[in-house]
Amino acid sequence: MTALMRPALELSGVSRSFGAVRALSGVTLTIEAGKCLGLVGHNGAGKSTLMNILAGALRPDQGTLLFDGQTMDNVTVASAQKLGVRCVFQELSLCPNLTVAENARVLHPSIKGLGWRKRAGKLIGDMLDRIFPGHDIKPDALAADLSIGRRQMVEIARAFTVTDGGQLRLVILDEPTSSLDATTARQLLAFVREEIRTGVSCILISHMLGEVLDYSDQIAVMKNGQLVATGPVSDFDRQSLVDLMSGGEHPDRGVHARAAHKFENAPIAVRAERAGRGLPFIARHGEVIGLAGLAGHGQTEFLVSVYDAAKKSRSEIHVDGEVCFVAGDRQSDGVFPLWSIADNIAVNSLRVLRNRGLLARSLEHALAQKWGSVMNIKAPSLEDEILSLSGGNQQKALFARALATTSSVVLMDDPMRGVDIGTKLDVYDIIAKEAAEGRSFVWYTTEFEELEYCDRIYVFQNGRIVSELAGDEITEVGVIGSSFKDSNAA
Amino acid sequence: MSAEVTKTANESRPSNLSRQRLLRSLLPAVSLVLVLLLIWGFNPRAISYFGLNLMLNLAIPIALATIAQMCVMATNELDLSIGAFVGYVACVTGTFMATEPALAFLMLAGGIVVYMLAAVVIHLRGVPSIVVTLGLSFFWGGLALLIRPTPGGVAPEFLTAFLSWQPPFVPLPVVLAIVLALSVHVLLMRSSYGAILRGSGGNERAIRRAGWSILKAKVAMFALAGFFGILSGMLLVGVSSSADATMASGYTLLSIAGAVIGGAEFVGGRISPIGAVIGALVLQLASSALNFFQVPFLPGGRIPQEWQVGAQGVFLILILAARVLISRSSSK
Repeated sequence: MTALMRPALELSGVSRSFGAVRALSGVTLTIEAGKCLGLVGHNGAGKSTLMNILAGALRPDQGTLLFDGQTMDNVTVASAQKLGVRCVFQELSLCPNLTVAENARVLHPSIKGLGWRKRAGKLIGDMLDRIFPGHDIKPDALAADLSIGRRQMVEIARAFTVTDGGQLRLVILDEPTSSLDATTARQLLAFVREEIRTGVSCILISHMLGEVLDYSDQIAVMKNGQLVATGPVSDFDRQSLVDLMSGGEHPDRGVHARAAHKFENAPIAVRAERAGRGLPFIARHGEVIGLAGLAGHGQTEFLVSVYDAAKKSRSEIHVDGEVCFVAGDRQSDGVFPLWSIADNIAVNSLRVLRNRGLLARSLEHALAQKWGSVMNIKAPSLEDEILSLSGGNQQKALFARALATTSSVVLMDDPMRGVDIGTKLDVYDIIAKEAAEGRSFVWYTTEFEELEYCDRIYVFQNGRIVSELAGDEITEVGVIGSSFKDSNAA
Repeated sequence: MSAEVTKTANESRPSNLSRQRLLRSLLPAVSLVLVLLLIWGFNPRAISYFGLNLMLNLAIPIALATIAQMCVMATNELDLSIGAFVGYVACVTGTFMATEPALAFLMLAGGIVVYMLAAVVIHLRGVPSIVVTLGLSFFWGGLALLIRPTPGGVAPEFLTAFLSWQPPFVPLPVVLAIVLALSVHVLLMRSSYGAILRGSGGNERAIRRAGWSILKAKVAMFALAGFFGILSGMLLVGVSSSADATMASGYTLLSIAGAVIGGAEFVGGRISPIGAVIGALVLQLASSALNFFQVPFLPGGRIPQEWQVGAQGVFLILILAARVLISRSSSK
């Protein structure tokens, strides 16, 4: 470290436990001013706990926080704000019933008195213009009316706003690009680099390893509440990060494409020919079909319409067999938050769990046990509340719910959003296994790597299927090329 | 999952949603106009200065109770004690206000303190608000009976004087309704702290993470509820010029219905003060309207009194059904 490098924040020996669970143990970390630190690790590795401690939302049990060389004993949310620490949390933290401007005001107690709405609106509007030029978000729009990607844009922009001579020192971004499409994600990351040049520090938490490697100056890897490696970005590459995070559990399992299969003779599971919606869609039994394209271009809608078609036949879409749906937004569409893990797994299979017309607890228990162990859900007991699980394990429970049914078609709506790589690799294996047994998967994903697991992919643009790629054609260049095709030519 | 739609839909989405929101916010006003037109159709003379005065003077206490309920609903809670509380306030006002005003004001201020304590218990101990307020409703009911075992009492002079004031052109209840709606609108919808208060119902964690106290917000909203409950009880005594422990027991459900007609929702901090006041007026007018309806095949050509509560229910169902239809039409 040279004399020029001034640490913005130093943590030493920071520990925190929740009951018997040690979420953080003895983390010592330095974040330099004007640098971006990439923080990677499994879900449950302690990243969120660390972030909450920096934000003042949690107190460490042990250890010290030095901010600009001064020891901070009682960091509260308000004092962290004053020090210029801002967080963009993974679960969106806007108030849906407030407008964009009002949400900006929530972060700035100093915006008050006559004309406060105008000032708040200008503050957030200007910042959105700077970070995401060409955005179409109005300050007086209700947050609930915005798509998830736009809500994330607002939340990010809000974190960078300052008022009344306040100063931004450290911005913590937790999975900031998980709901953004490639273009807005790039705009954001470019802006972060620009801000860093003015002396702001940044912690970038992401499961997109490429993003972390491309945009960070330093990298810290966490595992089981501890830092397992820190160093300049040049010391790491994708494979070494995966190895460090997984602790060698998946040494040889990088990202591999599925072995090419021939499906021409397999019976068709889903056929959709929608007028004015581009190419016809066909999924055969045993196939894994990817839906690609920029986020929010009609992939989710397509999945929903396939799901509806299976319940109530429609002329344009034919589905052979039952379908089930794995939601991507697990907070709002997925889990029953007050139910146990077992109940959450069994809820779609209640019909086969009946005994003389009543629900048989023993059958339900057996089903949950079976799929809980297939999916390798890490929980002391499946009778625990679902919210006691980490995000990745909650998502596994949702997969278990879908796979436990007798459905022949599984629709997946970007289910791996914000899920750690270990969970992902587990689920990929299970998808491959289930597909080999004849199930079809229709998989909308925003992560390119996941498309490599698909047999064929359909690229969506503006609600239309603009191209179909199979086998070797599934390359990043091919997908991006199709996504940005001139829609008139397609 | 439908948060992400196609880009073309994305572009039309905000305008679509805001049109839906506009329709929904117009719904209470449209219902009010329709009810007024109905009354006018059967009896044009009812829509006059004195007719409106007569039909609406009982609506103002209900509107105040509705605003109180709405304040509680904004924090995702529910107040099942508002009817009993208004009855308690009425008994205090009718019994002590004229003779021992200091005592009366102390007792009423105590009401606000109890409301604030209820908020503290609900927030800190995590007791569901329906449990706490259900318990409180018996507490208020009992106190009211202790104060006034039999109906009676007198309305204090300043109240009767105020309520007999006849402003030019516009009847007093209409003036009061407008003043109430606008002042609460400014307080909760336009002020900067109002955004925090509503936000605490919309996403409690987000507000807490921004460094605000949820406890303070909840206590503030419950204190406001107590304040409007007191205004409601006092005006009720002023209008009916006597007090009775059970005179407002119907207010609990009426206030919930009025707030919901006005566009409030049980969770999510979605409220509309103007809508809530209109909702209360609609409910009150709907029951008055029945007095005017001519139904040839019924004895006397009138709808019997005992059907009036049912009629309020029918209006409630119709308005809420219209609201659902509006939401559905634009989501398709």
